[in-house]
Amino acid sequence: MTKLKPWISLGGIGVFAVLLLAVAPVVLSDHWLNNLGKYCCWAIAAVGIGLAWGRGGMLVMGQGVFFALGAYSMAMHLTLETAGDRVPGFMVLYDPLAPLPAFWEPFRSAGFTLVAIVLLPVVVAGILGYALFKRRVKGAYFAILTQALAVALATLISSTIRETGGDTGLSDFKYFFGFVLNDPANKVMVYAITAALLVGCLLAVRQLYRSRFGELLVAARDAEERVRFLGYDPANVKLVAFVVSALMASVGGAMFVPLVGIITPAEIGAAASILMIAGVAFGGRASLFGPALGAMAVGWGQSSLGSTWPEGWTYILGLLFVVVILFLPHGLSSLPARFAAMRRRPEPPPAPAIAAAELEEVRS
Amino acid sequence: MFTTTTTTTRRRTLVTTGALGMTLALVLAGCGARAGDDPAAAGSSPAASCVDTSGGTVKLGFLNSLTGGMAISEKTVSNVLHMAADEINNGGGILGKKIQYVQEDGATDWPTFAEKTEKLLTQDCVAAIFGGWTSSSRKAVKPVVEKLNGLFFYPVQYEGLESSPNIYYTGATTNQQIIPAMDFLAAKGVKTLFLAGSDYVFPRTANAIIKLYAAKLGIKIVGEEYVPLDKDDWTSQVAKIVAAKPDFIFNTINGSSNVGFVKAYYDAGLTPAKTPIISVSIAEEEAPAMGHEVTGNYASWNYFQSLKTPTNPKFIQSWKAYPNSSGVTSDPMEAAYISLYLYKSLVEAAGSFDVDAVNAAAKSHTITFDAPEGKVTLNGKNHHISKPGHIGQINASNQFDIVWASGKFIEPDPYLEGYGWFPADIRKQLVDAAG
Repeated sequence: MTKLKPWISLGGIGVFAVLLLAVAPVVLSDHWLNNLGKYCCWAIAAVGIGLAWGRGGMLVMGQGVFFALGAYSMAMHLTLETAGDRVPGFMVLYDPLAPLPAFWEPFRSAGFTLVAIVLLPVVVAGILGYALFKRRVKGAYFAILTQALAVALATLISSTIRETGGDTGLSDFKYFFGFVLNDPANKVMVYAITAALLVGCLLAVRQLYRSRFGELLVAARDAEERVRFLGYDPANVKLVAFVVSALMASVGGAMFVPLVGIITPAEIGAAASILMIAGVAFGGRASLFGPALGAMAVGWGQSSLGSTWPEGWTYILGLLFVVVILFLPHGLSSLPARFAAMRRRPEPPPAPAIAAAELEEVRS
Repeated sequence: MFTTTTTTTRRRTLVTTGALGMTLALVLAGCGARAGDDPAAAGSSPAASCVDTSGGTVKLGFLNSLTGGMAISEKTVSNVLHMAADEINNGGGILGKKIQYVQEDGATDWPTFAEKTEKLLTQDCVAAIFGGWTSSSRKAVKPVVEKLNGLFFYPVQYEGLESSPNIYYTGATTNQQIIPAMDFLAAKGVKTLFLAGSDYVFPRTANAIIKLYAAKLGIKIVGEEYVPLDKDDWTSQVAKIVAAKPDFIFNTINGSSNVGFVKAYYDAGLTPAKTPIISVSIAEEEAPAMGHEVTGNYASWNYFQSLKTPTNPKFIQSWKAYPNSSGVTSDPMEAAYISLYLYKSLVEAAGSFDVDAVNAAAKSHTITFDAPEGKVTLNGKNHHISKPGHIGQINASNQFDIVWASGKFIEPDPYLEGYGWFPADIRKQLVDAAG
């Protein structure tokens, strides 16, 4: 599938970039542009999930953990930037005389924060992935383990209210690396950075999918033993995909903070992690655009359907999810291929990536 | 091992596109204000309000959690706001304009509260927003209404130590609920107290204040335990209460976690006769939902359904007759009811729906309302209202018998400036941190 139309996918990314970076800021109101920025954050994480789950077969149900690493690194920096020399206001509330916790101190530095947003998820996912994949942990065990980590981290943050803001979260940021966040022009800048990062992530996974690594990753997903037999270590292949997906989740989390203006454990816990997966499944996990568009669609549904029909929207989402899984296991982005396959009946094999994914479906 | 088959051209497109995006971002950044710029030129002055009251209506926003864990409490607030809006509309509206409300769901999710506040102010162009329950939701709304110069009316008792030109607080601050409760305990001769709370901003802060005041009153705190809002297993914490043998338990648990607490309390053999509980979040709505007899325990509120005031019977009657009514009235409901009428009085005093005009009227006029709890007066400086303090004891019909009353109305003092035992350096730090 990937080798057939190299320019189509690149052109698609180009159109997507123009829509996000040139059209959206002109057409949308400040409110909806900001919301679109938020969906872009989830889409960045979703692109990573598409890589790890769609191509690599690792059901990463705890991406909230990496989303949190980026988000809280950024939030700590912005909180300190707002507080200046003082201890942040919420800490004073809980223990007026205690000093700033030691682990906060380095986040005063903008450079350290940016490095942390990149390195923290890489190190954590690297250690975790190495331990799991070398022991050949996979399938449901891997999914449950990652999910449990997200729950554990959300609980840890909730219960350390003075150190992390607890359930209330971190909010009320005034500056973003020296820029006044309230300024509408700066809001557009933060949006543009987020949208550019999403486009960058799409380009990166496109390159990965088209590379030999991408083929190895699909091979490791569909026939891990054969890959091993051919002399490759599938653990290394999966590790790289897992680390890249963690990095993307972290970047999405980091941009979520200045856009939304608040981060709480609810945005990184089990439910949030599953919602990220839901968007990816909805859009089509193994395709290039499916995960990002699916995540954005779910985000949009939450904002707009959640307003018009608050009690009903979660049922709509659930129903949609069931329908997609039952009738379109490869998401909405597999629709064109389905139609194409229907039109030319005599040639039964659909696109190779889908066939491979279906094979996996039969096995699991 | 992972050498890619990509050509340099492809790699170059990747770099070019990335660079393009970043350049665009930086170009856009060129117009924005930086820290340290002159605030007037920094664009931090909010955009012109889009509120339109030229027709026969005024748009107001109601922001309550209709889904999620807090829905059980906040739906009632939403319904009572609808009732008050209907009442005001039947009486001719505000400045002759009928209220047209936009109901939004906060979904028990704090970022959603922030997003919906922005939507209500910039998309729906409402003149004011009413709602919120948890302090976390208020703290999410606060920066947004301050940024956009909107108005937010918050109807629930809270931990104080806050004031904002864009928020009006119609629930109690600490000196109108927590401090009266402590005075009541001291008058009862309580010597030892155990603090049990949910793990979030209100209980943590309330308990910090309770500990300071208890030291002044000579009451010994023999334990302090927290459980997250969404957890309801209190077994091990209640075991510590049994071991500590306190005279009284001060309960700052919020929401359904109270059910688990009361269950563990009875399972451990504790009784209201020997180890009574005083709560600040259990009202007429919650008492029957505890799953156990709670008769004999206490609560500190400003309003109780059993209060004998001139306006209370009419309020109770209207609420019982209202569709979707729960049948009982409670303090947060009453405070929400006050908030809409207070807004009406403010706008009428100002002669305008403009936020700055309303805030100016709050300072220049004496705004009062004959509330079900009595005649409340707005403090134009800190945006809180005067309130009577009451302690009720739960009776067999899950109503409260008033066992203590402050008598006169208590002036709101969110930063506890009139209380010498509250350390001045901490107050200064808090004000600085908030400013």
